[in-house]
Amino acid sequence: MLFKTSRNQYTENILKLLLIIAATISIITTFAILFSIIFEAIEFFEMRSFWYFITGTEWSPGIEDSKFGAVPIFAGTFMITIIAMLIAVPIGLCSAIYMSEYASHTIRNLLKPMLEILAGIPTVVYGFFAALTIAPLIVELCEYFNLEASFNSALACGIVMGIMIIPVISSLSDDVIRAVPDSQRRASLALGMNMGETIVAVVLPAAMPGIISATLLGLSKALGETMIVVMAAGLRANLTWNPLDDMTTVTVRIVDALVGDHAFDSPDTLSAFALGLVLFVVTLLLNVISLTLIRKFKQKYKVNTL
Amino acid sequence: MNKKITIYSENPFYDKSLKTRHMKATIFKMVTLSSLLFSLGFLIFFLSDIVIKGLPAFQQTYIQVDVTYNEKTVKSTRKAVNKEYRRLVSRSWLRTIPQQVIDNPNLMNTKIKLWILADDQVDQYLKGHHHNLKPKYIQSVDNLVKNNATKLRFNIIFFTRGDSKIPEYAGIKSAVIGSILTLIVTMVVAFPIAVMTAIYLEEFAADNLWTQFIEININNLAAIPSILFGLLGLAVFINLFGLPRSSPLVGGLTLAIMTLPIIIISSRAALRSVPDNIRQAGYGLGLTKIQVVKDHVFPLAFPGVMTGSIIGLAQAMGETAPLIIIGMVAFIPDSPNSIMQAATVMPAQIFTWAGMPERAYVEKTAAGIMVLLTILISLNAMAIYLRKKFEVKW
Amino acid sequence: MKINEKNTAITVNSLNLWYGDNHSLKDVSIDIHNNQITAIIGASGCGKSSFLRCLNRMNDLIDNIKIDGEIIIKNKNIYDKDVDECAVRKYVGMVFQQPNPFPKSIYNNVAYAPIKHLMVKKGSACDDLVEESLQKANLWDEVKDKLHSPGTALSGGQQQRLCIARTIAIKPNIILMDEPTSALDPISTEKIEALMLELKQEYTIIIVTHNMQQASRVADYTVFFHLGDLVEYDKTKNIFLNPHQQQTEDYITGRFG
Repeated sequence: MLFKTSRNQYTENILKLLLIIAATISIITTFAILFSIIFEAIEFFEMRSFWYFITGTEWSPGIEDSKFGAVPIFAGTFMITIIAMLIAVPIGLCSAIYMSEYASHTIRNLLKPMLEILAGIPTVVYGFFAALTIAPLIVELCEYFNLEASFNSALACGIVMGIMIIPVISSLSDDVIRAVPDSQRRASLALGMNMGETIVAVVLPAAMPGIISATLLGLSKALGETMIVVMAAGLRANLTWNPLDDMTTVTVRIVDALVGDHAFDSPDTLSAFALGLVLFVVTLLLNVISLTLIRKFKQKYKVNTL
Repeated sequence: MNKKITIYSENPFYDKSLKTRHMKATIFKMVTLSSLLFSLGFLIFFLSDIVIKGLPAFQQTYIQVDVTYNEKTVKSTRKAVNKEYRRLVSRSWLRTIPQQVIDNPNLMNTKIKLWILADDQVDQYLKGHHHNLKPKYIQSVDNLVKNNATKLRFNIIFFTRGDSKIPEYAGIKSAVIGSILTLIVTMVVAFPIAVMTAIYLEEFAADNLWTQFIEININNLAAIPSILFGLLGLAVFINLFGLPRSSPLVGGLTLAIMTLPIIIISSRAALRSVPDNIRQAGYGLGLTKIQVVKDHVFPLAFPGVMTGSIIGLAQAMGETAPLIIIGMVAFIPDSPNSIMQAATVMPAQIFTWAGMPERAYVEKTAAGIMVLLTILISLNAMAIYLRKKFEVKW
Repeated sequence: MKINEKNTAITVNSLNLWYGDNHSLKDVSIDIHNNQITAIIGASGCGKSSFLRCLNRMNDLIDNIKIDGEIIIKNKNIYDKDVDECAVRKYVGMVFQQPNPFPKSIYNNVAYAPIKHLMVKKGSACDDLVEESLQKANLWDEVKDKLHSPGTALSGGQQQRLCIARTIAIKPNIILMDEPTSALDPISTEKIEALMLELKQEYTIIIVTHNMQQASRVADYTVFFHLGDLVEYDKTKNIFLNPHQQQTEDYITGRFG
């Protein structure tokens, strides 16, 4: 009995088993999401043509001869996302550059929590702000220039969504820019380059995989963002190039299909899962690419703080 | 770098091309600075916009009018107040007249001057907001103001009542209770599973393909759009398991799945930062692996785990999209008593109010946002404080 | 040791340097010879690297630093207000302890600075400059077939020669080397040392080294620093065979440091 404490061994094994079960639950969830969406989506595609879903231009649920062509929905999502990225990427990246390269330690310690606050604001709050402050502001501005803007304009959603994504991009970019070794900066400065030239020509290219990764993460976040668009974008599946017009998005249609009083097995409801599946696949792809890039970056510069 | 340079003809360390180059660099720096200032400027604009919109909601207008209690007015409560002011008092208050008489029978057949909660239109008019008061009522209100028969009181109703279709009677209490119940479910489910997963991955699992697969999975889970968790909740918890729709139980479980990866990732980082020599010291004393982890490694990692959990909690607290999908945006006037009853949460309440047509709800929405943001910022500040306080440099 | 002006590359007059309250260089005065290799030796923390970084104003990048005194190059104090440090660093190149090529192609590693300095435009002139620089750094034959593969994929010794080629490409007159071989294996070290002996025909080279054999092998002149003081400066032969100061002798013979 000297080297054996069997009771201990027993509890040890039980505890270990518990840990393994916990870890398994964590993985199961991803598949639970995938399967719960896939099954309902399959049911939808048994009722409606998959081909029309991805190529059709008319989305008219809830009526006798309902049609489910998702192209205008994808287009709306795309438009709002593009506007959001046009705002978030340059501003987020430039903020990160200033914080990591120019700001003194004190200023940095002051600014970083402020950006964290921006990141911690719930999206419903952004939605309220988009619907009640930015959208009317845009309508007024457009009136001034004799343009007609909708109160549910894609522009208002895009701008607010872009602002929401700024901290996502800036905080990850800040991390990767700071991870670029100082020896790179010194090498460039010793060649007679000034700080600006060094950042543009040496630091940013070195940090590029991380910056792209941050951008993809922001993109995935924009595509899946719900509250801002539910509150400030339109419901109408509207195929247009005009950002001042109202447009709808994948997430808006998902919410709309599921809060109505339709039977659960009707195509109206199930269309939400078909759209959900598209969203899942696209964001998963973006996330995987983004995570792979950041892992490569970490290996290259041997950092594990990211 | 950008100092002013005077040129001497014989200076070998200056040439004109440098001037252009430095100018470009300065412009670049200014661009980055203005981006940052834009973000901060937005934050300030945004917060002040919310505060300006929301602050008036913390005060509510009361008006002083005569109230008649008799048989007739108990039956038809509108008549308790003089015709001129009838439309100016809150309908909700009028509805309480029969109850008031039951509570205090002495009131019967009396006529008293009382401070009564005003109708939301009166409230909005006196606060200088947009309103739909008819001109004749405006006249009456102005008369009241002239006689000092109106005043603003702290809006206690906002904190002590649930949602209502009558704006001046709407409060966030039931949403706060709903949030608390939901988050209790979330943390009870997510915290142990996440911590155990983190311990397993960090302390026990060998670095093989399986572990890498789990790792990729968890990182992915953290980046999946939140609305998809709602689809999961709807398809699995409600349709498959038959759990009650709109309940804090379903909401809590859905949010728990969302919070899992956040806690796992931060807990792993905390465990990883505990140096190996602590573990080796434990083994050196003949402790088993579980004992080492339980008694030595985990206590040291605990502040980090807590920080991650608080951040996860704050994120779950502000989440709306998946809860809409599982029906937690219903109209809930009474606070839920159990996790099986229909409930709503704070962000969902904000969402509902934001969609209301009456102008009075705008300030309610903004006030709700102020309450929510105050809680969230305090939670985050707490997390930052914990991180700083227990930050150990190994 | 005063030398005649014609042969002086750098004149340092009473240079003092403080990191915060720490007085790291104390009243250093020295004339450095043109087209010669000068080695700076001393125990770690003696200020030899700080001194080297003063010569191309790389210390400007460090916060909380105070520099006093003058460093005269081409009859101009490089710490004068009207001097642009970028121009100084173009004239006084620097090679670091750890090879630090940019994560760009070999070609772009060399071409980056000359293009920014408007010395050449992209195209054949630039190609020629890249080839010439790589030739001078004895790297051309090894990389001429893979100019567009990343510089970071080279071996350590090749990377360091790439860094030298990159420095040469902007046509400096003086090259500072901060322990350029301490991270390299003996064979790569030998190649770099041979390269330095070739380069001194065209450039004034100042090298910081903790390796006294290296100093004796390559340097024409040697400076010995101790705790921020310049203790002795003489022909390398004299320093190693016949030092005048006791401290120098103790260091050379390995009694401390």
